[in-house]
Amino acid sequence: MPLLFKKNPVDIFFSVITALAALSVVVFIAGILYILIRESSLSIERFGVFNFIFSTDWDPVRESFGAATNLFGTAVTTFLSLLFAIPVAVGIAIFVTEIAPNFLKGPIGVAIELLAAIPSIIYGMWGLFTLAPIMSEYIEPALQASLGKVPVLGILFEGTPMGIDLLTASVILSIMIIPFTASISRDAFNLTPAVVKESAYALGATRWEVVKNVVIPYSRLGIFGGVVLSLGRALGETMAVAFVLGNNHQITSSLLDAAATITVTLANEFTEADTDLYLSSLFYLALILFVLSFITLAIAKIFLLRAERRS
Amino acid sequence: MDIVRKRKIESFVALTLSTLAAMSGLFWLVFILGDVLIHGIGALNLGLFLEDPAPPGIEGGGLRNAFVGQLLITLCATIIGVPLGVLGGTFLAEYARGRKIARIISILSDIMVSVPSIVVGTFIYAVLVKPLGHFNGWAGAVALAIIMVPVVLRTTEDMLTLVPWTLREAAFALGAPYYKVIIQVVYRGAAAGILTGILLSIARVAGETAPLLFTSFNNSFFSVNMNEPISSLTVTIFQYAMGPYDSWHAQAWAASLIITIFILMLTIAGRLIIRWRYGKR
Repeated sequence: MPLLFKKNPVDIFFSVITALAALSVVVFIAGILYILIRESSLSIERFGVFNFIFSTDWDPVRESFGAATNLFGTAVTTFLSLLFAIPVAVGIAIFVTEIAPNFLKGPIGVAIELLAAIPSIIYGMWGLFTLAPIMSEYIEPALQASLGKVPVLGILFEGTPMGIDLLTASVILSIMIIPFTASISRDAFNLTPAVVKESAYALGATRWEVVKNVVIPYSRLGIFGGVVLSLGRALGETMAVAFVLGNNHQITSSLLDAAATITVTLANEFTEADTDLYLSSLFYLALILFVLSFITLAIAKIFLLRAERRS
Repeated sequence: MDIVRKRKIESFVALTLSTLAAMSGLFWLVFILGDVLIHGIGALNLGLFLEDPAPPGIEGGGLRNAFVGQLLITLCATIIGVPLGVLGGTFLAEYARGRKIARIISILSDIMVSVPSIVVGTFIYAVLVKPLGHFNGWAGAVALAIIMVPVVLRTTEDMLTLVPWTLREAAFALGAPYYKVIIQVVYRGAAAGILTGILLSIARVAGETAPLLFTSFNNSFFSVNMNEPISSLTVTIFQYAMGPYDSWHAQAWAASLIITIFILMLTIAGRLIIRWRYGKR
């Protein structure tokens, strides 16, 4: 790379300007981390790290705060949504890359991208007014009548089906993350060289055998990266779950109970926090969320980069 | 022969399941869009755009304040975010091409794209709302701009990288300094791609709610003063949908419909530009 720009004063000026603009991203990340730590310092001093994470208290009146209920909600909704979303997303990727005739590949690709473009608040609205009633009237009673009767597993479906609960929130979240997982898996599948697939076909493998034994092993890293990326997205999703989770600070064994995630707590309580410690604890939650999702996304990025480099 | 048959059946079952998965993806899209369309169209009327909200519980009124506020916040966010993103992308793809710093910033931007937007909201609250003592429109615009920058930056970088290096060499050979090469040759070659990136970033932030909840907040009166709390469509949707009145719900659906159409049109426009400029992908 010739450093031509050093010769011209305008070039030096322009390069400095662009460099500053590029550094703004670093400033944002460092700034967010610094500000969140500063704002939550009051709460960190008061509750410590482990106490805060493991305390199930969330009592603004007694000013005793803990993150456990929020972390519980975040973990359950994220886990369930991935559980629902991954098989569907991988299925979509298989369909688009291996099965669909060419004239269908385009439209389905577009449909998936549009699904990804719909803002999360629309998912939330739709969840509250359309999905939640369907869940409480049909799906949840049906689940109670079938799986609810099974010992041990039945614990998950106790209580009155209201539709405003962990299960509904997880379903909406899974619909939201399907497009991300699907499009990244599709890109990963597309990295498999045609020659390798053709050799498998030449040996007499069926289409499914090619997918199962050639394409999926080959694109493992990419799929894994996509799944972790979706995990990062699901962790931080706010509006889609804010409508249907009920913001109830509790750890519950039933998926048909209302709960709270970090994001839902922030969305509902941030403007209502009337004491310094309350606000500081909310910043503490935001800090935990930021660190969690940053680490998750960084791991996803490492896997995706490796997958790219391999091909 | 039996094994072949079993393998064929297994393959058929697996492929059918994949097809069903793809159909279910389409199903959700149709279900959600159809639902927004049906509920939204019924609530659309001229008053929605021309009138300000009626007092809670009273029928009628519109969302003029929210439409104007949303446009204003998005516009300001674009004015702040797009230049930062385009210039930053230029640095990564041109002056710092192939350097370690370009790679690091590129990776950090990719991570930043997916960082929870509500965290950005809390950050801006601490920086721009708390010190001033009141919610304000600028805080909302800056929060959205922070979300835009990495999106624009990464697409700009990718699009500039697509411009062949030989094109720059041709310009260098004529004695042009690098900044002229970038502005007159590289930007022209990548204009369509950069524009797409900008459109997609606007689509991304136009639907954001979480970062506005405690920055620009809400305002039930008409206001174009960015130093005061200002209403936005998304926050209004959240407030109205959670509220107790049927007329609020109807207006929330109508607002959802408008915002969905706006965002889908931007997304489709972006795709069409890419297809037109770079051929089939």
